[in-house]
Amino acid sequence: MTRKLTSITLGLAVLVACSLFMTYQTYGNLDFAIALRGKKIVAFILVGIACSFSTISFQTLSQNKLLTPNILGIDSFYVLIQTLSIFVFGSQSLSKATSLWDFLLTITLTMSLSTYLSFILLKKFKRNLFLFLMIGMILGTFFNNVSNFMQVILDPNEYDHLQGKLFASFSNVKPDHLTIAAILIAIICLFLWHLAPQLDVLHLGNDHAINLGIDLRRLQLMTLFAITALVGISTALVGPTSFLGFIVANIAYQLMKTYRHQSLFLAGSLIAILLLILGEFLVEHIFSFNTTLNVIIEFTGGCYFIGQILYERNGNKR
Amino acid sequence: MTKKIAGIIFLVILIVSSIFIGLVDLPIFELGTWSSRQNLVLLSSRLPRTLSLVIAGASVSVSGLVMQNLMQNKFVSPNTAGTMDSAKLGIVFVMIFLPNAPLLMRTTVAFGFAFLGTCLFLLISRYLPSKNTILIPLVGIMFGNIIGSIATFFAYQHQLLQNMASWLQGNFSVVMRGNYELLYLSIPLFIIIYLFAYQFTIMAAGQEMAINLGISYQKMRLVGIGIIALSSSIVLVSVGNIPFLGIIVPNLVSLKFGDQMKNNLPLTAYFGASFLLICDMIGRIIIAPYEISVSLIVGVLGSICFIGLLLKESRRYS
Repeated sequence: MTRKLTSITLGLAVLVACSLFMTYQTYGNLDFAIALRGKKIVAFILVGIACSFSTISFQTLSQNKLLTPNILGIDSFYVLIQTLSIFVFGSQSLSKATSLWDFLLTITLTMSLSTYLSFILLKKFKRNLFLFLMIGMILGTFFNNVSNFMQVILDPNEYDHLQGKLFASFSNVKPDHLTIAAILIAIICLFLWHLAPQLDVLHLGNDHAINLGIDLRRLQLMTLFAITALVGISTALVGPTSFLGFIVANIAYQLMKTYRHQSLFLAGSLIAILLLILGEFLVEHIFSFNTTLNVIIEFTGGCYFIGQILYERNGNKR
Repeated sequence: MTKKIAGIIFLVILIVSSIFIGLVDLPIFELGTWSSRQNLVLLSSRLPRTLSLVIAGASVSVSGLVMQNLMQNKFVSPNTAGTMDSAKLGIVFVMIFLPNAPLLMRTTVAFGFAFLGTCLFLLISRYLPSKNTILIPLVGIMFGNIIGSIATFFAYQHQLLQNMASWLQGNFSVVMRGNYELLYLSIPLFIIIYLFAYQFTIMAAGQEMAINLGISYQKMRLVGIGIIALSSSIVLVSVGNIPFLGIIVPNLVSLKFGDQMKNNLPLTAYFGASFLLICDMIGRIIIAPYEISVSLIVGVLGSICFIGLLLKESRRYS
């Protein structure tokens, strides 16, 4: 009962935050503000949902509440693609006509990388997920190296363009991107929602899950594919948002106090949207655009991360 | 014995070829008859470059080895434990607040940050379950991301991102007489590590064991972190970040020669230096007369080695 109450409260909070965000300081131009900010809100909702679904299922998969999917190196791959495209085609290539194709291409590339990685997981590391994560991380470092190499030789003006693309930016989301992303995210999230009961069982541990009749490898593979696709799409939409998932998932566990993934997904998404709106509000009105949402998320997420480790330690002591 | 001699000859060949590869032709057999320009190239560019490659290669691999002993984990290195990111934060700090600071000052500040960051991570890592060897480096990377995001936060506000990227890229082409001498500090550090090698070897067996065997564990650990932080920040400030080296070289050496550190230290230093020399020469040859930065080459070769290493490790357990 309390769980339902928490969800309803969260939902109401999101509604209030949305309407406040839409109407705060509009200087009488309500229509204009709604057109401009509505786009952002849609982006927040999409990214929030993608983020919470992917992180929560990733943490169940890796049986660890400290890891986030960005360890797989998808963010770094995105940075590499962007750097490469500016490096090869120059910033002129970022005109409006090509941006949709750019977006689709980025999604396709990240998805194919993730499919490939999941395929390797299935073939090579039969049950050792951690090894797989480590390899993802190494690849991430490798991608970072390559992009770093190119970023240093870029012309500073072009680098400015790149920088604009690399930081999570909800203000220059294109409407047609939003539609495509919305459709894809909806499909994948429905898929994960459908897998949720199996994830609930997986929460008991790999061995128990196998004993209870879960096809572990198949589940791992499918979930991992969904996770990477979600992260890829959300990264292609707004750039890397790495620590958001961590905060969201952990708050969701604490608030909901349940292992049921469907409730966790729901609460997580609402929390994510709430946090994003709050963060963007801070960026716009407190920091007056002097920083980016990404940095704020990463910083608070980081503090929360360290706090969480210390907290769990104290919990174990008792 | 013959192996030792062969090894030394190999290193000498590498050093000599590193000195004589380059745009300005230095005819090796007409040593006495060079023009003053050729002498200048030798003394102020080639020789410093080669020396710094040897020292940096050795000290990065050795600090990786020490760190792996201190944390009892084969997969940590200054790159995966927040040391490098903390040093990076220090450099950003210097760039913003003391823009005209001399190199020594930059190194000192970077060292301070690196030291504190590594201590913090050691503190955190004690709260993690130590059984899972891959979790610690993964958390270390996330910890590094947090510190890195703080650095990015300030760099972004001061338009220093590209500048920072070029600082951090491992690159030996800018090494000149007058700006690399700080690296010589690594040599006494190496001697100190060698003197304490037995202690570090025992510390790899765990805190209780080390204390039982009469080692003042806390003090030694501070010494160890101090050395690692100092040598990492020296390398970072004078030549930039060199990925993977600190993990691969010690691991390959201990796979082949065991874990006794007094034996391994010179070997680790030797292989680190040779590996870096080879990578740098590859980078200089491939697109001559231009150069590919050494960190990219190390990144490519290193990630392949690293993944191979992991796979081998996993096969041993399964």
